[in-house]
Amino acid sequence: MIYADNAATTRMSDAALKTLIELSKETYGNASSLYTLGQRAKEVLEKARADVAEAIHAQPREILFTSGGSEADNQAIRSAAALGKAKGKTHIVSSAFEHHAVLHTLAKLEKEGFTVTLLPVHGDGLVRPQEVEEAIREDTCLVTIMYANNEIGTIQPIREIGAICHAKGVLFHTDAVQAIGHIPVDVELDNIDMLSASAHKFHGPKGSGFLYARKGIRLTNLIEGGAQERGRRAGTENVPGLAAMATALSEAEAALEERAVVTAAKRDRLIQGLSEIPHSALNGDAKKRLPSNVNFCFEGIEGESLLLLLDDRGIAASSGSACTSGSLDPSHVLLAIGRVHDVAHGSLRLSISDDITDEEVDYIVRNVREVVEYLRGFSPIWRDLCAGKKEFIL
Amino acid sequence: MALYSDKVMDHFRNPRNVGVIEDANGIGEVGNAKCGDIMKMYLKIENDIIEDVKFETFGCGSAIASSSMATEMIKGKPVSEAMQLTNKAVAEALDGLPDYKMHCSVLAEEAIRSALEDYQKKKEAIDTVGE
Ligand SMILES: Cc1ncc(COP(=O)(O)O)c(C=O)c1O
Repeated sequence: MIYADNAATTRMSDAALKTLIELSKETYGNASSLYTLGQRAKEVLEKARADVAEAIHAQPREILFTSGGSEADNQAIRSAAALGKAKGKTHIVSSAFEHHAVLHTLAKLEKEGFTVTLLPVHGDGLVRPQEVEEAIREDTCLVTIMYANNEIGTIQPIREIGAICHAKGVLFHTDAVQAIGHIPVDVELDNIDMLSASAHKFHGPKGSGFLYARKGIRLTNLIEGGAQERGRRAGTENVPGLAAMATALSEAEAALEERAVVTAAKRDRLIQGLSEIPHSALNGDAKKRLPSNVNFCFEGIEGESLLLLLDDRGIAASSGSACTSGSLDPSHVLLAIGRVHDVAHGSLRLSISDDITDEEVDYIVRNVREVVEYLRGFSPIWRDLCAGKKEFIL
Repeated sequence: MALYSDKVMDHFRNPRNVGVIEDANGIGEVGNAKCGDIMKMYLKIENDIIEDVKFETFGCGSAIASSSMATEMIKGKPVSEAMQLTNKAVAEALDGLPDYKMHCSVLAEEAIRSALEDYQKKKEAIDTVGE
């Protein structure tokens, strides 16, 4: 099987898995217990915190461990909202193509009386810093813009957006779930106040993540209970998982540039090959995107059937079609960048890792082309397009 | 658990009656690209018997499988019997569809009905001309 769905989740690295297993076996103590086994777990936990902090240029006490990206997004936004509300500021700026962990949290806040501005995303899959600046009001308490989009992989001008927020005195959060471990992220250089990350996107375990919150930002609890995580997140710490996350992140950081170059070359080979399929189009800017991400629309076909047939040929990928999103609408990300429904249903996301070979890339290109041709062969839309009864969009 | 039953996967992977009938005397098309499903049915009816049926579908796995199964269920049948085809029968013949995919079987039922109505309309037109 060729696994080309690393944006959904990744395979754990051997080193991370080793950490997870060994700690689960040997260091199973509760990090709050005072005997040696518990204190050993505590040490491991704090070492993990220090490693994670170092990877993004933060201080260990600025790292709050969570169950993953969704929790970190929820807590970051809820915290900024609570801080804003206390000062009478109830306006939040975000973008139309954020992850649902952000969008749904914002939708809830709207019901609670907040006002949310969702900035449009341009055809290239990028938010414009100037539009962020224009959207900020007197009562804005938070700007939250993702670092890199999970579907189309476009990397946002985070540093510029962060600088604007700081100049205006507004908190800036970024969902960096897809970026961390893949491209350089530095909370100082990038002017980030809060950041969400998730281990399973960088070859760590599922169910582990973290929230970076700059010193001085008071977090609101989502989970009440014990005094873990300095009282900001109750529950016995998942020490093996969190330590395995740190292992995976340190590993990813050490190899980051080298892997990014290798992966981007494979990505470009994929893009080149798939572009040759008639009436197809790449979604998102060709260069300002994650080294791992390829996302195409193919006119006249539907994504789920494409995925199922690729699965039969040993290729694991994903799509933004309605059928795969479990709703009637295709991906909100593709709609946000201006793809109309008709073609948004025919999307394919391939998210590769650095170990993919040129042969595998070529295998993917060949098979996508064959399956697209096959499906077009009995697509009534394709017939109408070819007969001139409908105009090609792509 | 797999997403689809073996029957669905079989009809999806090896759809029966795919294609076009050039001299069809009943054609129906339902659905729209906006929702991500379009089904087109072509019928060749002689002496009120469905002698041949073919389909074209733009849609997900269950849409293709539903079209395929529906064509099998009406092929060789009298028009009156084909008119009785229900989406439930299509879904059952496929050993079930996930709840959120039931609309695919509805679409198959509607596509067949639309093609049969087209046939009847054309027939009436011809009969009227003949009078
Ligand atoms: C951009 C983005 N944010 C948040 C999440 C949620 O992360 P998690 O699955 O760890 O809750 C994901 C992954 O699904 C993501 O891609």
